[in-house]
Amino acid sequence: METYTAMRHFADSWGLLAMALFFVGVIFFTLRPGGKASADRAAHIPLKED
Amino acid sequence: MNNTITIGGLVAGAFLALLGAGFAHDDLFAAHMWVLFFCLAISTVVVVRRVDFSGAGRASSRDDQSGYFDEVIRYGTIATVFWGVVGFLVGVFVALQLAFPVLNLEPFLTLGRVRPLHTSAVIFAFGGNALIATSFYVVQRTSRARLFGGGLAWFVFWGYQLFIVMAATGYLLGITQGKEYAEPEWYVDIWLTIVWVAYLLVFLGTILKRKEPHIYVANWFYLAFIVTIAMLHIVNNLAVPVSFLGVKSYSAFAGVQDALTQWWYGHNAVGFFLTAGFLGMMYYFVPKQAERPVYSYRLSIIHFWALIFMYIWAGPHHLHYTALPDWAQTLGMVFSIMLWMPSWGGMINGLMTLSGAWDKIRTDPIMRMMVMAIAFYGMSTFEGPMMSVKAVNSLSHYTDWTIGHVHSGALGWVGMISFGSVYFLVPKLWGRKRLYSLAMVNWHFWLATLGIVVYAAVMWVAGIQQGLMWREYDDQGFLVYSFAETVSAMFPYYLLRALGGAMYLAGGIIMAFNVTMTILGHEREERLPGQASANLQPAE
Repeated sequence: METYTAMRHFADSWGLLAMALFFVGVIFFTLRPGGKASADRAAHIPLKED
Repeated sequence: MNNTITIGGLVAGAFLALLGAGFAHDDLFAAHMWVLFFCLAISTVVVVRRVDFSGAGRASSRDDQSGYFDEVIRYGTIATVFWGVVGFLVGVFVALQLAFPVLNLEPFLTLGRVRPLHTSAVIFAFGGNALIATSFYVVQRTSRARLFGGGLAWFVFWGYQLFIVMAATGYLLGITQGKEYAEPEWYVDIWLTIVWVAYLLVFLGTILKRKEPHIYVANWFYLAFIVTIAMLHIVNNLAVPVSFLGVKSYSAFAGVQDALTQWWYGHNAVGFFLTAGFLGMMYYFVPKQAERPVYSYRLSIIHFWALIFMYIWAGPHHLHYTALPDWAQTLGMVFSIMLWMPSWGGMINGLMTLSGAWDKIRTDPIMRMMVMAIAFYGMSTFEGPMMSVKAVNSLSHYTDWTIGHVHSGALGWVGMISFGSVYFLVPKLWGRKRLYSLAMVNWHFWLATLGIVVYAAVMWVAGIQQGLMWREYDDQGFLVYSFAETVSAMFPYYLLRALGGAMYLAGGIIMAFNVTMTILGHEREERLPGQASANLQPAE
């Protein structure tokens, strides 16, 4: 198969799936139960010093 | 003895530039190498005069090695203000050239040469210096670590200024590869790549040696900006030079592939340089100025991932109705529309950071500037996706509407958030109690805001009129207007556009004065906004 065609097929099958799963995973991880406390702690990092 | 490596590098560079000038393949390369030679020769003299031969010269006494590395940020802040005023000034000149063609002073100051000078001066010189300076400031504070790499940060700063000077002089000489926002030729591109890798090393190294366990979200945005710009810059500038001692090179891509690569680069320069980098600024300086944490930290994480996952696909919307395959155009349009969500999520996150402190908009002109920046971020990221819709684009493309859109984003979002950050940084960096004058910040705010409003409104009218005139047919099927008629119809709008730009420039000059006086340690006596007047009498 031509390189272009092969890469194109990979991009709109497994590549697309992997990126979509990663993205959905990130959202779920961010919104996981118990994530709020650590997020609130992180939000205060800039206010710790001058 | 200190500065040994610096002096060695400068002398070797100056010598190579001299050789380049002597053996040049074409006149332009010779001229450009003379420019480089004089820059490096003058720098050598300056550095040699600063050599310290005392034993302690190595561990320079001026820099406290334990604290944060702020001296380079001070230089970066001054460079930001300086290049900002220069860039705005060139912009007003370009606007006047469009209204009065007699201002095209051949050969060096024609529109074709001065326009890229304006775009590069505001994007790379003003915006780039603002990003480098603030990223160095933010990464140290949020990592609680000194900048990595010692003097490498100096190399990043001065190397970047050299890139700006080489790019700018190249444009005026007529050296260009004709790619928007990527006009510098191959040898200047290689230099920028070296500087950029050093920048990545300094930034990433500081994050790696951080004492704060969590990497604050602003650093994620800055890092995405640095990494993506490296990738975009290298791929878009893949080219083969005709001669290693000549200016001309040919792109590695041809035809529509070249066009798509260019706009993949071009739109992500907007997405990652002018958006992600400045969002990093927003996520640090807005909470600092408001003295409260960001509204929702988890929203900021989702904002980050959604933005970087979607922006990278939006470039093809610059090539609607061209030789680009239809599916690619539609892909670009769909991803542009999806970008509404992260953009508005980010805007809401920035604005709501003020929740419970809305009074600061009334009392604090710096806060007002930042809020206006976020508002313009929301407006231009609403307008952009709308213009990416093919039906809208068929009217708006190639007209001044596009120019208006770019400027509402650049002047409104990028400019205002940078001004706000500069006003926050200057008193901190130079240890002053406050700015020289808050009233001047207020003047700057109103001049800039009204300038943008004039500019954007005029360009909407101009662009839509242009688009409608171009597509006006009579009942015989002939075009009603010749192209020259549509050009001359623009004259009043171009005048007003120059007026809007001049107002923005005036604000920039006020900022330069205010910042200079603050650095010199002056404080203007004035009634601070929000403070009750001393002789106010209670009502009886």
